[in-house]
Amino acid sequence: MTGEKMAGKLIYLDNASATRLDERVLEAMRPYLFDTYAVATSEFGYSQGIEARETLDEAREALANALGAAPEEFIFTSGSTESSNIALKGVALALSKKKGKHIIVSKIEDFPVLHSAQALEKQGFQVTYLDVDGEGFVDIDRLRDSITNETILVSIQHANQEIGTIQDIEAVGGICREKEVLFHTDATHTFTRVPLDMKKIAVDLVTVSAHTIHGPKGTGGLCIRQGTQIAKWVDGGFQEFNLRAGLENIAGAVGFAKAVGLVTPKETKRLQEMRDHLIDRMLAEIPHSTLNGHRRKRLPHNANITFHFVEGESMTLHLDMRGFAVSTGSACFSRSLEASHVITGIGGDHERAHGSIRFTLGRYNTMEDVDAVVRALAEIVEELRNISPLGKNEEKEEA
Amino acid sequence: MKFPYTDIVLEHFRHPRNVGKIENPDGKATEGSPACGDMVSVYIKVDPKTNTIADVKFESYGCASNIATGSIITELAKGKTLDEAKNITWKEASEALGGLPKIKAHCSVLAVEGLRSAIQNYEERHGLVKEKKPTTVEVVRQRLRKVINPLTGLNVVRTNLVQDIKVKDGTVRVLVDLPRDHQFAHTIKDEILEKIEPLWDVKEVVVEFTE
Repeated sequence: MTGEKMAGKLIYLDNASATRLDERVLEAMRPYLFDTYAVATSEFGYSQGIEARETLDEAREALANALGAAPEEFIFTSGSTESSNIALKGVALALSKKKGKHIIVSKIEDFPVLHSAQALEKQGFQVTYLDVDGEGFVDIDRLRDSITNETILVSIQHANQEIGTIQDIEAVGGICREKEVLFHTDATHTFTRVPLDMKKIAVDLVTVSAHTIHGPKGTGGLCIRQGTQIAKWVDGGFQEFNLRAGLENIAGAVGFAKAVGLVTPKETKRLQEMRDHLIDRMLAEIPHSTLNGHRRKRLPHNANITFHFVEGESMTLHLDMRGFAVSTGSACFSRSLEASHVITGIGGDHERAHGSIRFTLGRYNTMEDVDAVVRALAEIVEELRNISPLGKNEEKEEA
Repeated sequence: MKFPYTDIVLEHFRHPRNVGKIENPDGKATEGSPACGDMVSVYIKVDPKTNTIADVKFESYGCASNIATGSIITELAKGKTLDEAKNITWKEASEALGGLPKIKAHCSVLAVEGLRSAIQNYEERHGLVKEKKPTTVEVVRQRLRKVINPLTGLNVVRTNLVQDIKVKDGTVRVLVDLPRDHQFAHTIKDEILEKIEPLWDVKEVVVEFTE
């Protein structure tokens, strides 16, 4: 083994990708894996099935409550990818013949929304991909101007998966309501951390997931406002109010509800303090570093910084060898070899994506972790800049 | 721990050899790929008596495989004659590193090209280059052998991705056997442009896709 990989613990700073399951969530799920494992039956089924049904209903109520919705407005899915697919394709199926074939999304949506829109485009739908400004915000006036009589759906995320920018979904909802267009928002990264009350915000469909809040992977949900026109397209049985067929994942639903209950404002405040500390120290102590996204209107647990003159995969590998897990928008890191569409979407050039690192904090991180990653990265960036033909050497040449 | 690279790659990545600039180099070159964003600069000192590489250094603005290949290529080149050094292939560099992931070929081939270009730069500066040859289909084909298909790690000519090449009145047309919305279509197009556009008598390069 070449790496002098430290024997110490892993410092995991990629909580937007996946989180460690909370033990209390597992404990809540356990009975529904080993004891009450039956299919949820109707009220005329057998005892264990009735018990499963009641448990599922309770979990559903908790999830709906967290969004200010009624239980019959919340359906469970296998995660946010499926939720966003159901939202976009379900509305498209329901309204294309009645109203039109135009959909509006932002350019920096996460792949479930972006690629669903692209798939619909191939089927003959028209899609407007709204530009965002340098910090990732959608221009509300441009959104208003983009809506036509043919528009059936606007899908704009609550906050961005990479740079953390929180959109003004209240304003987006207001316009959609005024223009009588359905509004879907992908709240995968904000759910429970940034308020979203469907009683106050005119949003019709909301995508959420358990995997970002220390809940189980493979469990998500879609909240669908009563009366929203949406077609079923996962066909099979009559589960989830006949909107999403498939055997109910009772343990997953219970785990999701438990995970929601464990998130507190105090915890979110702690994450935000760590985030601010991380951003302040990185920008102050590592020269030629730029924050991506807005300084304050961003996810409480997200920091995304470009370290100029160095490349992201090199930084993440060095960090990995020292026991840190982070992600980067560099093309070299991605399976498609394409630079982050978010960083290029906010007008960043290839170079800005090339050296970008995303840090996302979670329940198990501490202020010491933040200090440790700042120290490690300061050394790594300096080392890599010594190798780089850009930056330091360039300045020397100019001097 | 699981790393995506061999121990030799990681060793060169952590402790790259021959890093830096050479003051007043006899030859130098910078190679960069707009598709990946990586860049590498190579500097050489030549011993004119023996026509060998007396010293070689490199700098990298790139990912781990780019850095490791830059490091190994300088070790392989040092002391070799110019002709020997010119003939070092990506495959040899990759083998010396215990193998590189195929998808990383296009980031790591830059160092190999950087060395060749630095030698070419030396030869041009010292009047060792033959006359400028007009661009023909064969010249284009040779150049396209440096464009790597990320799916296979092999070049686009060898993997038959290049279906047709036409050269007429300074316009080069390359037909690529891929759908235009294929995940690597952009990458491959950018790299083809980068390789063909610098040819002295080429005015325009058109890359077309079969679907």
